[in-house]
Amino acid sequence: MSETAIKPRIEKIPLKDQLFQKLPVLLVPLLAVAGLIAIGNPASWLTLTVAGLAMGMMIFIMASGLTVVFGLMDVINFGHGAFVAVGAFVGFTVLAWLAGWTASPSVMLNLAAVLIAILVAMLVTGLLGLAFERVIVMPVYGEHLKQILVTMGGLIVAQQMIYVVWGPDELHLSRPQAFQGALVIGEAAIEKYRLVAVGIGLALFLAMRHILKNTKIGLLVRAGVENGEMVEALGYRIRRLFLIVFMTGSALAGLGGVMWGLYQETITAHMGSEIMVLVFIVVIIGGLGSVEGCFIGALLVGLLANYTAFLAPKVALVSTIALMVVILMWRPQGLYPVVKAK
Amino acid sequence: MLTRLLSGDTPRSGLLTVLLLIVLVSLAFAPFLFPGTKSLETAARICIFIVLVASYDLLLGYAGIVSFAHTMFFGIGAYGTALALSTTGPNYGSLIWGTAAGAVVAALFALAIGLFSLRVKAIFFAMVTLAVASAFAVLVSQMSWLTGGEDGLNYRIPRELTPAFKLIDAKILDVRVNGKLLAYYLVFLVSVILFLVMLRIVNSPFGRTLKAVRDNAFRAEAIGYRVVWYRTTATVLSAVMAALAGSLLAIWLRYTGPATTLSMEIMIDILLMVVIGGMGTLYGAVLGATLFILAQTYLQTLMGVAADATSAVPLLPILVAPERWLLWLGVLFILSVYFFPSGIVGRLRAGRA
Repeated sequence: MSETAIKPRIEKIPLKDQLFQKLPVLLVPLLAVAGLIAIGNPASWLTLTVAGLAMGMMIFIMASGLTVVFGLMDVINFGHGAFVAVGAFVGFTVLAWLAGWTASPSVMLNLAAVLIAILVAMLVTGLLGLAFERVIVMPVYGEHLKQILVTMGGLIVAQQMIYVVWGPDELHLSRPQAFQGALVIGEAAIEKYRLVAVGIGLALFLAMRHILKNTKIGLLVRAGVENGEMVEALGYRIRRLFLIVFMTGSALAGLGGVMWGLYQETITAHMGSEIMVLVFIVVIIGGLGSVEGCFIGALLVGLLANYTAFLAPKVALVSTIALMVVILMWRPQGLYPVVKAK
Repeated sequence: MLTRLLSGDTPRSGLLTVLLLIVLVSLAFAPFLFPGTKSLETAARICIFIVLVASYDLLLGYAGIVSFAHTMFFGIGAYGTALALSTTGPNYGSLIWGTAAGAVVAALFALAIGLFSLRVKAIFFAMVTLAVASAFAVLVSQMSWLTGGEDGLNYRIPRELTPAFKLIDAKILDVRVNGKLLAYYLVFLVSVILFLVMLRIVNSPFGRTLKAVRDNAFRAEAIGYRVVWYRTTATVLSAVMAALAGSLLAIWLRYTGPATTLSMEIMIDILLMVVIGGMGTLYGAVLGATLFILAQTYLQTLMGVAADATSAVPLLPILVAPERWLLWLGVLFILSVYFFPSGIVGRLRAGRA
């Protein structure tokens, strides 16, 4: 028997199946082309596409943490929106302190102010994530019903605490000088801030992909998503890993909150729960637990929302629901279902 | 006879029975016991919300499904009645067909959402309903040609239900017997009937199976029950009940708008009422709704007093300010999910054993 050792056999996936798996990637350009045909005017199409991509990237930043947390620990955090709102409020407070920096025409000072605001916001939401995980989520692992209820309760409390700290009014803040205004390419006007948002989102996606694919911690996270018990059996503390992921996800939600706040220039305590609707749609479209699916889903939702807002403003949110329905009819588990080996 | 009326599901706790009787008697004689417009409004709201919360409990407590679209069904019912009354005039015919149409539309929506998303996972359903419900709320506030947009609809109801109508000239116990009183008793009686119907549903073989599905879907499926069918039916039933509660609200308020029927705040209120009252028992809905609405109406006054009293201490007055009552209910909500998931009713029943 010994000479016929059992060899691991890796089956080659047929080309057809490989293509089928890659198919969702094509959806984004397909939607962009469809948008071009429907809109007709290339200049406004370009403006809308950049706006859509920027919106998609911001949603991706907020949604990525949620989906990885779900994949890893089977925890869905309905209070995720609270981190978005808290991040935005903290970021705005910091920017208001640094008003001298943001108003100055110097690009470096502007960037520094935004960077500091983002870092502080991420730090605060990361720590808040730590508290949230320890106090609210940890006692109800494995019980979906209680998780939904408890995290919803966490959201209520967090929103009320925002009122306590920052008062009931919404905050306004104009963007730093460097991010105001638009670039004009041909006839298309593209807001500078949207390009920045696309840049940050893309960088973040690539970094996340790199970490997940090429580092040990990424390997552990992916292994944990597939089979948590086995990772534990090999001697890794999956709870601690999960805590890190949860905190990172919360910090990213905070980052998304600051970016969204700067995009809208107005923030309210309820912004979190409003954005969560889009985030949930994206997470469902992408397949719960999948980062790539989340990315594609976010871009699709962002583009579609902007195209329909231009073509038929009244049905903008409904169109994203329709997109979700269509995608779920095609792939009931989302674009990239995460396969659980349990 | 009484046990039959309650479908064999008696409160099973002395204190609970007393509390429920207090609620029943207070609601039944509310116009006479607590004169004044505000208390009558509160009593009617309690009646309507008892039905609404009980119908949500049918889903959450008995079927173990979390839905965030319950206000959508509530709103469909309210808008059905409101649209019928405002388009075809204030008569009983339009009242009835509007209510029926609302219930049917709610049932169809529930069926579609249920068949679509209940196959996968409970968590999925929660997310899908959240998305659909908020899209629906946005749609309603934008279709202003039909729904009046953010302003909502004002309409007239049959004259016999308005304060202008006098049944008899004499006063009973110092209370005018006018249409408003009739409207209140209409709301009260329909609420009682709907509640008893729901009690019947959850104590029927169907209700038992629903509990089995909740506790172990896999095993229920293995025994031969079609889990998806049971879950979808529960969703549809609870949607219809919510729609009927919405119609009651539409009749009572003579106004229907997004803020009173569709908003996320109401959804969160319902969630709080169910959990604090007690999941998986309809009596919990009674206590939860009553306490919550009383708190909503009167606790704020109390907190105002507390805020004044503690004004010397830093930070504390902000925390107990009247606007922050939801904060404390949120904390109470989290604590109740952890420590007594069966709510007040569960506590009372456990205390007896």
